[in-house]
Amino acid sequence: MTYRIELKKVSKSFGEVQALKDIDFKLGQNEVVGLLGDNGAGKSTLIKILTGYHQPTSGEIYFNGEQVENLTVPKARKLGVETVYQERALAELQTLWRNIFLGRELSNPLGFMDIKKMKDETHRLMIESMGFTSSAVTPDSPIGTFSGGEKQGVAIVRALYFNADIIILDEPTMGLSLKETRKLLNFVRGIKGAGKSAVFIDHNIFHVYNVADRVIVIDRGMVAGEFNTSDITLDDLMDKMYRIAETGSFNGAVEQEYSQGQQQ
Amino acid sequence: MTNTESTQPYQDKFSLAKFVRSNGTQLGIFGVFITLWLIFIFAAPDTFLASNIYYAFMSTIPFFAIMAMPLTLAVIAGEMDLSFTSIMAMGMIAFILTYDATSSVALAFIAALLMGTVAGFLNGIIVVIFGIPSLVATIGTQFFWRGAVLVLSEGRSGSLGYTRASLLHPVLVGKIGGVFPMQMVWLIIVTIAMWALLNKHRFGSHVFLIGDNENSARLMGINAGRVRIIVFSLIGAISAFAGVIASLYVTYFWPSLGDGYLLRTLASVFLGGTSVFGGAGTIFGTFIGAFIIGAIEAATVAVGLTGFWTQLIYGSIIVLSVIMHSYLRRRLK
Ligand SMILES: Nc1ncnc2c1ncn2[C@@H]1O[C@H](COP(=O)(O)OP(=O)(O)OP(=O)(O)O)[C@@H](O)[C@H]1O
Ligand SMILES: [Mg+2]
Repeated sequence: MTYRIELKKVSKSFGEVQALKDIDFKLGQNEVVGLLGDNGAGKSTLIKILTGYHQPTSGEIYFNGEQVENLTVPKARKLGVETVYQERALAELQTLWRNIFLGRELSNPLGFMDIKKMKDETHRLMIESMGFTSSAVTPDSPIGTFSGGEKQGVAIVRALYFNADIIILDEPTMGLSLKETRKLLNFVRGIKGAGKSAVFIDHNIFHVYNVADRVIVIDRGMVAGEFNTSDITLDDLMDKMYRIAETGSFNGAVEQEYSQGQQQ
Repeated sequence: MTNTESTQPYQDKFSLAKFVRSNGTQLGIFGVFITLWLIFIFAAPDTFLASNIYYAFMSTIPFFAIMAMPLTLAVIAGEMDLSFTSIMAMGMIAFILTYDATSSVALAFIAALLMGTVAGFLNGIIVVIFGIPSLVATIGTQFFWRGAVLVLSEGRSGSLGYTRASLLHPVLVGKIGGVFPMQMVWLIIVTIAMWALLNKHRFGSHVFLIGDNENSARLMGINAGRVRIIVFSLIGAISAFAGVIASLYVTYFWPSLGDGYLLRTLASVFLGGTSVFGGAGTIFGTFIGAFIIGAIEAATVAVGLTGFWTQLIYGSIIVLSVIMHSYLRRRLK
């Protein structure tokens, strides 16, 4: 079986800071992978490599079994990646419709935009998916005055609109109400049903455990361990997370495995 | 999800309040324009009720207003260009050297446009590849190109009388029906082209986005560097074009060509409501701004003040308009 995405020995440094070290990562078909790890562990850096925003310092990237050189954001998008970034990636002075279609405006071969279609689609998404009911908000409203959760909603809906095969969500529940969070989690579970894949980052371990098939724990730029959620109870996973935060390892057995891996 | 309304397309219902909110800056500048115009008419009816003055405006304002259009794009993208007045003159150097070598006005014209594009492209490269703030980079290139003009022309001016015989002269600076200046037609063409590029083309969307939040734009795959380089190249090409128009109008080349246009061009953009902080601005505002700036000089003289007052009035109007725009922007949010 070929993986949708595979990273081999990927490292990333920002000057002196080594954010990622020898990361091996796989995302299968029909799979939701959760990433867990402390603040600054390197989760966002990892997904920004998948989206083509960061170029790895070393290592290889494969999409559907084929190596991709010089991955860029537009290239990753062509390969089916859509992303909700932790920093939302919105433009506050611009209108809602421009934000929804940010960077992939519907346009003819000469580059002139189909503004009416974009506004219509935005309007449809507002009602069907974003739950905007206030008539004060239209596709022409600048998003600067939206509430935090509404802005997050824009970033999420935008990623889902384009019907991507691989959806990457970096702390998507940040700022969402209970109701919207539940809707989102249901959606992520539904991604698999539709034959797609997702990478899901959240500091709430309940959310991750709930939607992910597999959880990867990142610690100080390295993969500290992987678990299938079907093989581990939530309590055990939480226990391991505490231990890694305190001691840098899960437990005796894992530590051995882990240090052997390092010696090789 | 079973909402039946949801399938109806978005109806952009007209409401006055919404119109005012989304066109606030443009209405603001238009209000300033009408107010000033009425003041001018009351203060100097003989001048401002005759058609002559308007033909005069339409023949001289385009020289800098044409350049204000692509400059608007640069400011929206969060950049600045101070070198375009030197590029105007450098384009004419290319024009003259090419004419001397080929005796072809058409080739000379193409050479001027190419020279301008290359000079603008270099601005873009310095800003994007070397990461120099454009304000600083273009102070440097302003001196550089003016210096190149002085070296290549040896500081001499000269007649362009030979262009009168070419088709280029009537096309660029002729008068339709003996009265309507062609440079005004070109200003309208450049204005519409820049308006379409900014508002109807995806490139314009990217200009707004990188000026608003470059990091977001880059996360979403916009090549911000490429957008910047194109904007600077556009300013270069259009400045050279304006240089040819201004020179052919007087059929004379001065190595100081462009001096005196810098502040007027910048003032048109800011008076027109383009945000100093990037991410917002309109071509319409710049167009109106250019006519206000162009009219002030004539008006100060017509109302009986000496020319010494012009700069003082420019200054106050620019400061007041920038304050007005930032106030309106906050209020209309
Ligand atoms: N552009 C950058 N330049 C320099 N250092 C960076 C950059 N981006 C990330 N880093 C560093 O890399 C490390 C990993 O950051 P990253 O954002 O990937 O962490 P994270 O796991 O997403 O954390 P959080 O849970 O807080 O979002 C941090 O030490 C951070 O300071
Ligand atoms: Mg992060």
